This record gives sequence, C-alpha cells and structure tokens, in this order.
Amino acid sequence: MSDIVAETVGLTRTFGTKTAVDNVDLKITKGSVYGLLGPNGSGKTTAMRMLTGLLKPSGGHAVVLGTRLPGNAEPLKRRIGYMTQGFTHYRDLTVLENLRFVADIHDLSAQDKHRRIDELLETYDLREQAHTLAGEMSGGQRQRLALAATILHRPELLFLDEPTSAVDPESRRSFWEQLFDLVEGGTTMIVSTHLMDEAERCHRIAILDRGRKRADGVPRELMERIAGRVIEVSGPDLRPVSRKLTAGPGILSVAQIGARLRVLVSDGTDDPRGAVDALVRGFADTTTQPTRPNLEDVFVLATRDQGA
Amino acid sequence: MISYRHILAIVRKELLQLRRDRLTFGMIVMIPLIQLVLFGYAINTEVRHIPAAVVDQSDTGLSRALIQMVEATQVVRFEHHFATIEEAERAIVRAEVRAALIIPRDVAQRLVRNPAVTGRFPQGAQDTTSRPVAQWIADGSDTLVAAAIRALRRMPLGELFREATNTPTPTFEVTLFYNPEQRTVVNIVPGLVGIILTMTMIMFTAAAIVREHERGNIEMLITTPIRPLELMIGKIIPFVGIGLIQVAIILGLGWAVFSVTIAGSLWTLLVVTLLFILASLSLGLVISTFARNQLQAMQMTVFVLLPSILLSGFMFPYEGMPEGAQILANTLPATHFMQIIRGVVLRDADLADIAPDAIWLLGFSILGLAVASLRFRKKLD
Repeated sequence: MSDIVAETVGLTRTFGTKTAVDNVDLKITKGSVYGLLGPNGSGKTTAMRMLTGLLKPSGGHAVVLGTRLPGNAEPLKRRIGYMTQGFTHYRDLTVLENLRFVADIHDLSAQDKHRRIDELLETYDLREQAHTLAGEMSGGQRQRLALAATILHRPELLFLDEPTSAVDPESRRSFWEQLFDLVEGGTTMIVSTHLMDEAERCHRIAILDRGRKRADGVPRELMERIAGRVIEVSGPDLRPVSRKLTAGPGILSVAQIGARLRVLVSDGTDDPRGAVDALVRGFADTTTQPTRPNLEDVFVLATRDQGA
Repeated sequence: MISYRHILAIVRKELLQLRRDRLTFGMIVMIPLIQLVLFGYAINTEVRHIPAAVVDQSDTGLSRALIQMVEATQVVRFEHHFATIEEAERAIVRAEVRAALIIPRDVAQRLVRNPAVTGRFPQGAQDTTSRPVAQWIADGSDTLVAAAIRALRRMPLGELFREATNTPTPTFEVTLFYNPEQRTVVNIVPGLVGIILTMTMIMFTAAAIVREHERGNIEMLITTPIRPLELMIGKIIPFVGIGLIQVAIILGLGWAVFSVTIAGSLWTLLVVTLLFILASLSLGLVISTFARNQLQAMQMTVFVLLPSILLSGFMFPYEGMPEGAQILANTLPATHFMQIIRGVVLRDADLADIAPDAIWLLGFSILGLAVASLRFRKKLD
C-alpha cells in the first residue's frame, strides 16, 4: 500500500483535561485532496500539527511519508509543506525577500533558487508585487505568497490550515484552481476547512467534531448515503411549524432557508417523510418533499447522530 | 552540522527588518550618544554649592567674616538667613536648604581659644575652654551631602585674624594614578560602555526572538529544516556589529568631548568587548526563551539591568559592597566587564591582566547559548 502517504491510528492529543483530538484514524492516499471538515475548535489544527511533527501525540501514532510519528520529524520537514492559518511569513519583508529567505532555509541551489522564485512569481501572479512589503498586500495576494513560499521546496505532501478563511470568494476560486494544478503535478494535500463549498471540492473528507472523527469518505457518497433523510417543508407560516418540528421525535435539526424549512431526520426513523408529515398535519397549506442532501446536512447528521 | 547558509539567511533577514524599523535603528545610535553626554556632564560625586541657611546669633563683623570664609570653600551656598534655629530646621524639612550653620552669640570667645585659629592648643586646653566655633545641622539622609558638610569640621580659620594658615604636615603622601585630576567622567565613560551594552544587547536579542513568536513567524520557521542553534547564531550576529558600533560611539565621544583617552591596545579592547557582547546576547537569548511577549522580555531585561547599574561597580565601588552582594554582582556579566574595560581603557591592562574575567565571560556566553538552544524546541507544546 505505497499509495497511502499519511495514516493515523488512534491519534490523540490532550491539553490538560481537554482532549483536542480523540482517537482519530485517517488514511490519505497519494495525489488526492483530503479535507478535514469541522467547526472551530474541532481539533483540525491540532491534528495537522501532529501530522507535521510540531506537536507530539498524547496517544496513538501517525505515519507520514513513511516517517513514524512521534519520532524524528526533522527529515520530514524537507518533504512536507505547511501553510499555517494566519500569515506567518514576514510582513516587513518584500515578496522577493520572503521567497529568497525560504529558498535559503530549504537549501535550494543558487541556480534553482533563482529559477524557482521566477517560476512562482509567474504562477502566482506576484511579479508586480515582487518588491512590495507582504504587510502592505491584500489578503488574496498574501495568501498566494504564502502558498508560493510553502511549495517553494516542492513538497510531496502539503498541509493547508484554513487556507482561504481570510480571502474573498473570487480569490478563493482561483486559489483552488491553483491547488488542483499542484495536485495534477502529483502533490497530495490535506486541507482543513469549516466551509462546506470548500470541503465539497475535496476528493475525500473526514468530519471532525469536538476532537472525534464522525464520518469520512467521498463527499458525493456521504451525501448519497443520507438520501431520503432530508425533507423540505414549505408553507405560508413556517415559524410555528419550525417550533413544532424541532420538538418532534427523531428530528435532528430544522433550519429555515428562505421560504423553506430544511428538516433532517435521524437514522433510526424508518419513514422520514412520513414522520415529518405527521408533525405538520395540523398546519394549513404546508407541504413536504424529500430533497437532495448537501454536505451541510451530512455534517449536521454526522455530528448530531453520534454526539447526542 | 550547522549550515552557514541558514545562518546567513537569518542574518540577512534580520538586517532587512532592522533597516525598516526606523525607531530601533535610531535608538542604536541615539542611546549611547545621549546617555554618554548626559551622564558625562551630570554625574558628579564631588558635591558643591549645597543650599544652606545661616542663623547668626552673634551678628558681628567676625561672624560675617566667618560666613564668607565658609562660602568661599564652595561646598555650601548660603541662601537664607534665619533668626532662630527652629526656622532653620523647618527650612530643612521643606528641603529649601540641606544644612544650616548656627553661629552662637559667644563666637568671638570661642574663636580665640580654638586651635583651628591659633594653630596650637592653648595652655591647659580642655573641653570647657576650647569649644567648636559654630554648629552645623544638616540633612544627613544623603550620605554624600552629609560627608561634604562633615568635611568642613576641620576647616582652618587662621585667615580670620590675617595669620598665615599653618598647613599641618600630612601623615601620608598620596599619588593618584590614571585620574590625577579626579574627574568623575574618567570612570564613567568606560563604565557606560558596559551599561549601554547590557541594556541594548539583552533587550534587542530578547525582543528579536520573542517578536517571531508574537507575530507567529515561529510557526513557519519550525516547519522548515532550520536548526535552533542556526537561528540563535543568525539572530545574534547582527547585534554583535551593532554592539561594536555603540562601543565606538561611546569611546570616540568620550575621547572627543571628555578627553578620556584609551590607554590600552585597541585589539585587547576589541577582544574583551566582543566577549561581553556575546555574553549579553546569550543572556538575551535565554530571556527570549522564557518570555512570552515583548513586554515580558522588557521586564526581564530591566530585572538584569538594574543590578548591572547598581552592583557592577559602575555607580559604587564593588569593594564597598558586603560579601553577599559581591557574590550576586559576580553572576552579572557587567561586573566582570566593568573590571576589564576600566583596566584596558584607563590602566593599559593587557589580556593576561584581565584573563580571569575574560574567561568568565567566555564561559557565560557558551553556557547561555547552550541553554537557549536547548530550551528553544522546534515544537509547539
């Protein structure tokens, strides 16, 4: 199974009495984009820091690019790239100075350094800003600089911690285009996110909640697996309907989206639509209809079903 | 093991950042410049012109002549005349004056019997027949002021009667080496090198590493193949250069403005200064591994700086301190450097003369660098 680039077995990390990552198993295959989906504080960053050797696991272990962790992570650092959540390059250095610094630290030869920086300035559209201080650039430009600096040493495995949280939607789109170009070149990526549309772009995702892995798989399959359990309710006066449904048995969540209610029914319910129908029977002009689940539904179901 | 390229990359980065940090850049030059001029002119342990009052109960030509003679010593300056002792005491409380001279009604009789005037003890002189001419009351809380007033106790008064003052033959003859004119600034200038280096070197290095933590850069650095020792060395090299610039400013200005010449060899000076800079920098690095933010780093710097000023021998002679304080002072690099720099600059001491202190500084530097590198782990927990 040389296809597996990173694997964790029972990976656990505690901070005092708080368990940030709790017994998580992951398998990440080569050339894929693997998403860690979860709200803030779900353990995504902690998991990533353990996989990059920055944090020592309290329990379990990981094997990243054949290196067993906990263990000597130093040689691994030449083969992985880690783009942190905030901008952690130097704001008081220019784009070029930042890239040169990273190239020196990663021991690129003088010739390679020159060529590689030139190539990255072109790819990430930074040539015009080459002499601009990083602190004076826009969020999107800074993000491209961070990505360029992270992949400068051509890592085989790339860790991206909430890469687009500080970036506008337009920049986010082009940023993901650039990520897929890297995947095409053979790079494997582990991306953490709390954004559903971003998670949907991943080849595989793991849903994390309060340190635990609640579900994992291909986003499309995860959505198909819960088909029929998402019921859309429409009617003239939805607020009382919503209140009644929320209190109903087997109902995991009710969310109003415009003029509709999106109702998620728990796993144990045999006839989800029937259950919802029974609850809304008293309200006039109120209709129900099964609808296509999205990733948010998957997320809510995964975290509510087992969390309760 | 250690990559020179990594170190060079850090050095280059530090210099670029320093160039853009105008305030810090300015401080590097302005701190030694301003402080030298300030301390060089201001610090004077020879007390003159102490504001004083006089209570002249006799109010005769003789007493007025006495007052003029006392003022002529320049130790005190009479600013107030009071009728009663109580008034003079209140003036001392209000700190209007630091001392008061009380001339009694019978000053004339006292004067004729006083050996300070006659130059010899009168026949059968006893306490009852020979009494002090007048009395000083002084604010004794400042020992320097008190000592200056006390020195007036034995002032000769022969001039009062136009008699030639008979200078008594001294018990000892004293020859003062290195600073025969007794100028305070001669001792201050080399000492200031130690104080300013302690301050800037420790503060700059401590802040330089802590800043990487505060801005999150460390998170990026530890995911790269850089080694802690490379980072530490790369961080301190620019400051070694800065330290040398500061030393050049202080000693150059000390020579140009205060005529403090460097007696020893410049090479010896360079070696010992480098040793002290290294020791201070490694201490700064150790601090940086404890401090979580720049404010904490600053506080710890002050914690080291204050005893370095007060206990190192910069302000007060090391020999005058009790043994416990001397032991404490000996743990400070500034104490050792104070001995060395004054030796080299003032007494032309060579490396052999100052070897013990120099070796101590070297040991301190190596220990500090080792501790800092060990404590700086490439981990986030």
